[in-house]
Amino acid sequence: MDLKELLLENYKTVEQELEGKNGSVVKERRKEAIATFEKIGFPTLKNEEWKYTNISAALKKEFSIETIPALTKADIEQYLIKNLKGNILVFVNGQLSQELSKIISPESGLIIKPLAETDADVLEKYFGKSSTNDAFTYLNTALSHQGTFIKIPKGKSLEEPVVLYFISDARKENIFIQPHNIFLIEENAEAKFVESYHTIGKESGFSNVITQIILRKDARAEYYKIQNDSVTASHVGTTQVYQEGKSNFSSTTVSLNGNIIRNNLNIVLNAEHSEATMYGLYLLKGTQHVDNHTIADHAKPNCFSNELYKGILNDKSTGVFNGKIFVKQDAQKTNAFQSNKNILLSKDATMNTKPQLEIFADDVKCSHGATIGQLDEEPLFYLRSRGISEEKAKALLVIAFAQDIIDHIKIEALKEFLIRGINQSLGNNF
Amino acid sequence: MLKIKNLRANIDGKEILKGINLEVKPGEVHAIMGPNGSGKSTLASVLAGRDEYEVTGGTVEFAGKDLLEMAPEERAREGIFLAFQYPVEIPGVSTTNFLKTAVNEIRQHRGLEPLDAVAFLNLMKEKSKLVEIDQSLLKRSLNEGFSGGEKKRNEIFQMAMLEPKLSILDETDSGLDIDALRIVANGVTKLKSRENATIVVTHYQRLLNYIVPDFVHVLYNGKIVKSGGKELALELEEKGYDWIKSAVKEGSEI
Ligand SMILES: Nc1ncnc2c1ncn2[C@@H]1O[C@H](COP(=O)(O)OP(=O)(O)OP(=O)(O)O)[C@@H](O)[C@H]1O
Ligand SMILES: [Mg+2]
Repeated sequence: MDLKELLLENYKTVEQELEGKNGSVVKERRKEAIATFEKIGFPTLKNEEWKYTNISAALKKEFSIETIPALTKADIEQYLIKNLKGNILVFVNGQLSQELSKIISPESGLIIKPLAETDADVLEKYFGKSSTNDAFTYLNTALSHQGTFIKIPKGKSLEEPVVLYFISDARKENIFIQPHNIFLIEENAEAKFVESYHTIGKESGFSNVITQIILRKDARAEYYKIQNDSVTASHVGTTQVYQEGKSNFSSTTVSLNGNIIRNNLNIVLNAEHSEATMYGLYLLKGTQHVDNHTIADHAKPNCFSNELYKGILNDKSTGVFNGKIFVKQDAQKTNAFQSNKNILLSKDATMNTKPQLEIFADDVKCSHGATIGQLDEEPLFYLRSRGISEEKAKALLVIAFAQDIIDHIKIEALKEFLIRGINQSLGNNF
Repeated sequence: MLKIKNLRANIDGKEILKGINLEVKPGEVHAIMGPNGSGKSTLASVLAGRDEYEVTGGTVEFAGKDLLEMAPEERAREGIFLAFQYPVEIPGVSTTNFLKTAVNEIRQHRGLEPLDAVAFLNLMKEKSKLVEIDQSLLKRSLNEGFSGGEKKRNEIFQMAMLEPKLSILDETDSGLDIDALRIVANGVTKLKSRENATIVVTHYQRLLNYIVPDFVHVLYNGKIVKSGGKELALELEEKGYDWIKSAVKEGSEI
């Protein structure tokens, strides 16, 4: 059975289960989603949004989709980010493991529930809605019964981050997971979220993820997506953000390792005086492929968005950046900026970068720019002439290049993790 | 220590060094002078291992080893130091972090333990006094926004930190004010020993009042066309290069 058939079969078996848990809106949207998925199938290079990312090979495998192995703390220890303290949620093959998770913040400030128990008004308004509409979002919507609803109640400021580890056990078989999480940051509340993906074992992992983040009025959130997965792990993820008035959202996506990675980050600035920043850093080697598709959707006036994605590509790796800025007709006084900068460390690496601005208001400030270059010879020679090895010299320069992204990371352990990751990727052991 | 024999080098297919011969022994100071564009910086870069330059002939032996075979970092670890004529600015790389990496790589090569943070800071303090470099400069990104003179001073500070066997100072004096010239030159003199050697590239006799050379060479059109003692520098200061240029043209002995 190919993957599509397998998933359609799977829908039949879980359909009943889903029906019982949720209201009719959810049921209807799931039904529509599976029908659409069945009709359109997985994307190919002919699909405009998938022109440079060939996902087919990663899907042509025998996947297991519903096995939940029992992992111990020792099994997962090495995948946890060093010194990163917080509320730890561990998902094993997509399902939340109570034993491996640890919540340290009081329940008054952090509410965690199964997805099905998401606040009804949130489900009604947002469930199954996305700026990205492709096979993966439909599929995830149709089959999303694994997932979590996380709520930061009104006025609460969560000090410790919420850290979500998605661990796939691919020691015996190829694993396909589809987590679907909703984060709700209520009025004047504040929180940090970290997502991290790992695959254990030599077989392949594939994660198809949806994270929805809803910021109410005056809410603030930082979101970090960390990808340091095995070379057999592929990922397609959509992070869909809705911002209400005067909210502030900041996202940082770091891709260090993996097979084929596609990140969609869609931010809808849905009320006045909202601010969004989107940072990204990808450091690729081997034949890795990372595709970042972002949308800053300015739907209302007086909002601000700023985007900076930086990439370093080594060996035969390939990168894609597609950044869209939409400024809707009544989104006057919009400030929207976008920049994508890349360094190719090898002649065989390629980068495709494409900014797309669609502006329908007249009183706006928008800019975008993209660069693809190489590490300058002169600084490299200068450092080497002082006895520093080529690898370390490159790492120093790459860290310097990435410094403005690193500076925006507010969690110290993540900063250290990133600097270590850059060094390791360039052949230095620290 | 350093034996250069008939060294030839090209850049972009154009021959810049046309057969250089030079021998430097431990404890010696050699000054290289010569008109603009004659190949002085090229020679310094080739010795430091810059790979834009293609060595087309000749040999360079350093402390008994084939220098031309080595990567730039190996040369530095073996004890070559080039104080650049135009030190490059490297935003985002802190001077301190950079120097710590460099010092420890060189120590490792020499079979020494790496310095810990405290020992390293003490070394920085000690050496920064030698060239009177402002501590606040060292907290900034490497050379970024440094004035011309500050960059030159930073080069000599690095030299003090790395304790090379052979230092090549490429116009370290240009851009320094009168006081800074004295301070930097005195620093260089203090670092001198019987084991290490210095090649000073300069246009001005003034520096040589402080760093007194054992030999002065004139590099012209890719060749060393005249060598002498320190009095040759005085003669050049007085007479310029025309007499040398015309002698070379006529093919006569100088
Ligand atoms: N990248 C290059 N391409 C072409 N020519 C070059 C290049 N680099 C240097 N040259 C040439 O090589 C010659 C020697 O240059 P070099 O910098 O060694 O001179 P110099 O003796 O140090 O001069 P100065 O006293 O002005 O510092 C010059 O004619 C210069 O233009
Ligand atoms: Mg020069």
